[in-house]
Amino acid sequence: MKISYKWLKEYVDLDMTPEELANKVTLTGIEVDGVKHPDAGLKKIVVGYVESTKPHPDSDHLQLCQVQISADETVQIVCGAPNVAAGQKVIVALPGSRIANNEKIKKGKLRGEISNGMICALQEIGFSDDVTPQVYADGIYVLPADAEVGQPVYAYLGMDDAILDLEITPNRADALSVRGVAHEVAAIYAQAVHFPKVALTEATKKASAVLQAQVTDVADAPSYNLRVLENVTIKPSPLWLQRRLWNAGVRPINNVVDITNLIMLDYGQPLHAFDYAKIGGQTIEVRRAQADETLTTLDGKERDLTEDDIVITNGADVLNLAGVMGGLDSEITNETTTVILESAVFEPTHIRKTAQRYNLRSEASSRFEKGVNTATVLTALDDAASLMADLADATVLAGRVSPTVLKPADVTVNVSTERINRVLGTTITTAEVKAIFERLGFGVTEAAGIFTVSVPPRRWDIAIEADLIEEVARLYGYDRLPETLTASASTPGLLTERQQLIRHLEATLEANGLSQALSYALTTPDKANAFQLTASQPTSVDWPMTVDHATLRMNLVSGLLDDLAYNAARKQQNVALYEQGRVFLKQHQATVRPHELEYLAGAITGDWQTATWNQPAQPVDFYQLKGLVESTLAEFNLTTTPEFAATARHQDMHPGRTADILVGNQVVGFLGQVHPRVSQQYRLPATYVFQLDLEQLLALEQQTVMYHAVPRYPAITRDIALVVDESVTNAALTATIRENGGSYLSAVQLFDLYAGAHIDTGKKSLAYTLTYQNTAATLTDDQVNEAFAKVVAALQTEHAATIR
Amino acid sequence: MSSLQDKLIALQKQGITEIEKSADLKQLNDIRVNLLGKKGPITEVLRGMRDLTKEERPAVGSFANKVRDALTESIETRKQALEAAKIERQLAQETLDVTLPGTPVKMGSHHVIMQTVERLESVFLGMGFKVVLGYEVEEEKYNFEKLNMPKDHPARDMQDTFYINQDILLRTHMSPDEARTLEQHDFSTGPMKMIGPGRVYRRDTDDATHSHQFFQMEGQYIGENVTMADLKGTLSFAIREFFGAEREIRFRPSYFPFTEPSVEVDISCFKCNGAGCDVCKYSGWIEVLGAGMTHPNVLKAAGVDPAKYGGFAFGLGIDRFAMLKYGIDDIRQFYQNDVRFLSQFK
Ligand SMILES: [Zn+2]
Repeated sequence: MKISYKWLKEYVDLDMTPEELANKVTLTGIEVDGVKHPDAGLKKIVVGYVESTKPHPDSDHLQLCQVQISADETVQIVCGAPNVAAGQKVIVALPGSRIANNEKIKKGKLRGEISNGMICALQEIGFSDDVTPQVYADGIYVLPADAEVGQPVYAYLGMDDAILDLEITPNRADALSVRGVAHEVAAIYAQAVHFPKVALTEATKKASAVLQAQVTDVADAPSYNLRVLENVTIKPSPLWLQRRLWNAGVRPINNVVDITNLIMLDYGQPLHAFDYAKIGGQTIEVRRAQADETLTTLDGKERDLTEDDIVITNGADVLNLAGVMGGLDSEITNETTTVILESAVFEPTHIRKTAQRYNLRSEASSRFEKGVNTATVLTALDDAASLMADLADATVLAGRVSPTVLKPADVTVNVSTERINRVLGTTITTAEVKAIFERLGFGVTEAAGIFTVSVPPRRWDIAIEADLIEEVARLYGYDRLPETLTASASTPGLLTERQQLIRHLEATLEANGLSQALSYALTTPDKANAFQLTASQPTSVDWPMTVDHATLRMNLVSGLLDDLAYNAARKQQNVALYEQGRVFLKQHQATVRPHELEYLAGAITGDWQTATWNQPAQPVDFYQLKGLVESTLAEFNLTTTPEFAATARHQDMHPGRTADILVGNQVVGFLGQVHPRVSQQYRLPATYVFQLDLEQLLALEQQTVMYHAVPRYPAITRDIALVVDESVTNAALTATIRENGGSYLSAVQLFDLYAGAHIDTGKKSLAYTLTYQNTAATLTDDQVNEAFAKVVAALQTEHAATIR
Repeated sequence: MSSLQDKLIALQKQGITEIEKSADLKQLNDIRVNLLGKKGPITEVLRGMRDLTKEERPAVGSFANKVRDALTESIETRKQALEAAKIERQLAQETLDVTLPGTPVKMGSHHVIMQTVERLESVFLGMGFKVVLGYEVEEEKYNFEKLNMPKDHPARDMQDTFYINQDILLRTHMSPDEARTLEQHDFSTGPMKMIGPGRVYRRDTDDATHSHQFFQMEGQYIGENVTMADLKGTLSFAIREFFGAEREIRFRPSYFPFTEPSVEVDISCFKCNGAGCDVCKYSGWIEVLGAGMTHPNVLKAAGVDPAKYGGFAFGLGIDRFAMLKYGIDDIRQFYQNDVRFLSQFK
């Protein structure tokens, strides 16, 4: 809401600067976004009088104008505006002046003719196209005949004002009017408001003689009031009125329309004017539209109406979308002579829905949907009628046609000083509280610190105790409230074990070279579906902004691949990322709300170690990834060791380089190489990923950490090298060794794997170090030899191993 | 007699000369074996003692031993010198260019959004708040209804929402967690103090300042005697911890459906320190969070008696905090995960 400082000053006595006022208003309740001085930066722009014009000898559109710029000086100015004419008072930018956009005007020559300055259009001195009156949109502006030659133009155009731009929150719609803001400012500065009394002269002819009205459902229009004005002359408004409009960001149109806008700005009460001659009859009816009805609105568009739209009709045909937009057919035109003026209160939600439905949010609809001051519905109507009598020569017919009328009533709310201080943590006295309510203009009675407050209709945002406490707090000053750190009982502030473990996992991955990524949780349906650990149905939003962000992810890998692809496209080829976040899973398509599971995933592409001056590059491979996943899993300290089982079940993964991670018979994750077909789609080289279901892992049994004595007796090792069929896995061999190793076998470590020369085709050689340890005594060679022989025998029988 | 002594004296003299001339340990060892070995000249001289009288023998023997000791000592001295020289040479050979780059140890970085979350978490944990993580897919009633935003409430216009259906949506703020936690809280165990950081969603077109996904943190403190002064004290502490003790903080009235009174908190601009610049839109102040005393309707909706209990709630944008603190000018960078971006925040 743009508020003119000068207009405000007519209602409240203000002696501070507009900037000081803005700061105070901001700190007390309504944020002021900025203060604009329309004449800021302008210089030497004065009223000129065009004495004569003649065509430029060397141009078909320029005019040579003799312009009087002071009592005793007339100069030649070249002007290209089509509407320049002798006898006009115009805006002259003198040589050495500054106009909009800090542009300097100098004396010069245009096609050989001297020009001592420039005759200006409003836009050239800073007016926006939105507020420039239509008739001056494409030419120079013509000032009123009584403008004094040589004087600065700013005061004539309202540019010596200051405009405060108020950011009105939805609860403070009372400040969507100059009067509302005047009340607010008066409360802040402990002043009184003074509004001028307007006298209305009515004709003897009664409005009810020419117009009847009815409201079908009183809930739709709890207050509906019309006046009829005859003998109206449509013409431009006087300059004082136009100034007020354009300083508020509203374009002047004609006197009748301008008056409705002025009253809306003044009172916050939107008005509508109909051309009586065009409504077709003598009836106005407020009802709901029927499904088959249409209306061509003022913007020329035909609208298909619905039963949720409140409309104004002539008893049969729809004239208006109530409170939102008028119809083209009953619009005020230059030929209008009889005007019906409407001032009403409409049901806010329907107005809001209608405005949204047709994308027609206007100054009027936004006020109706937030509420209007029920105390000034009639006053606003009468003031408008009175102005039309003055400015449009209208005859105001006697009486209002009011099928519904609201009785404005104060709302009573109670609050105590004790309660206020308890909520605010203050020691404000009863007298101070009383003074604040009085400054606000509320009726107040007090007994023993308990207040009964009568809130007038103009503050319809106040209904409960908390609202009054807020009024006291803000007028007392938020800056004066003390700052304390709770007197309440102390509470433990702790992360849960789960939260701590997740942080720990992240630190482990980062220490191993992976950076944390946060990807979009909404993705394409295909990407949401890929890389699922547990089969799930997708959850999509109803109206996505784009298909790229339509479906909730069911895996974290796709997002990481997006990130890797983003990096690769920017020549960042060696990237290792991980993400911890949620996936959204559900078993049945019919289920609306998915389960939210915490997952952990990683993706590595390119070199695990990049080449340096002292070591070669090391491209990422399966076993590096596996080592990383193993150390991550080790952080869970599970009682059951996770196992890795080859799988080809993941469509998007390399069928020969992927393993499911199992704990017991639960699949808790997978790892491996992304299927080359998929990495190609992302334009990535070989890429390795893992994905873990943290929910399952966190639910598994963890070992209790207990101290074990550090061995005091030496361990003995034995190496074994064996040749087996290529299909025999390390897991199978290790299992055999462990099962047959005896109670002293403490570790089995693979230290060599070989296939090729000197090994038969289809065979491979593996070498293990077996470590034997007795924690109670020194082991003898005989004990170890005996145990080792059993392992050798078992490997030979179970895996047809040849011992080398 | 004298001839033997003379021989020994000559041997000693020649031997010492040779020892001192020796160039390395091997040569020195050869000299030692040569001089003092079983076939060496001293042994030979001693063998010549057979020809001496019984009386002469002790004197010559003693003299021969002295010569042997002198030579042994000389060899030892020379050996130490040669060994020291050898180490010197080795060290000289081993000298490195210490300015060559170290072999890199790969370290990942923690996402700046999570760093911001965790920094704030630690501030509030220290003040006795717990961290609560709710649902990203929420029920309409927890996202709006129970927060004093019934259907058709104009404030819902401020938040464009991704709906799954008419009852289920992607949370638009972190307040649903507050409503849920409040509902479950047993006040006989003490006040309710929680923060909830997490992902939220709005139907926005992504650009430099808008994102359909971002992170928020909300917090709530409800008890028997929690005041607006506590709100100011708690939030001032948290803001100074995060943005620096030198920042000025101002509290001004605002509006949120779920609080009354409501507060907007500004800090003095980092760039211009209050003088006015493009960062603060020439106001000198930067908005950092919204807060207020929890609305009685919100308490009632959670089954809490507003006459007995009350307190404050606050909400802040993690992305915004990170952008302000580090001067990040494009919100999309948080979710594109360019490693050149990620690695900047150590
Ligand atoms: Zn600044």
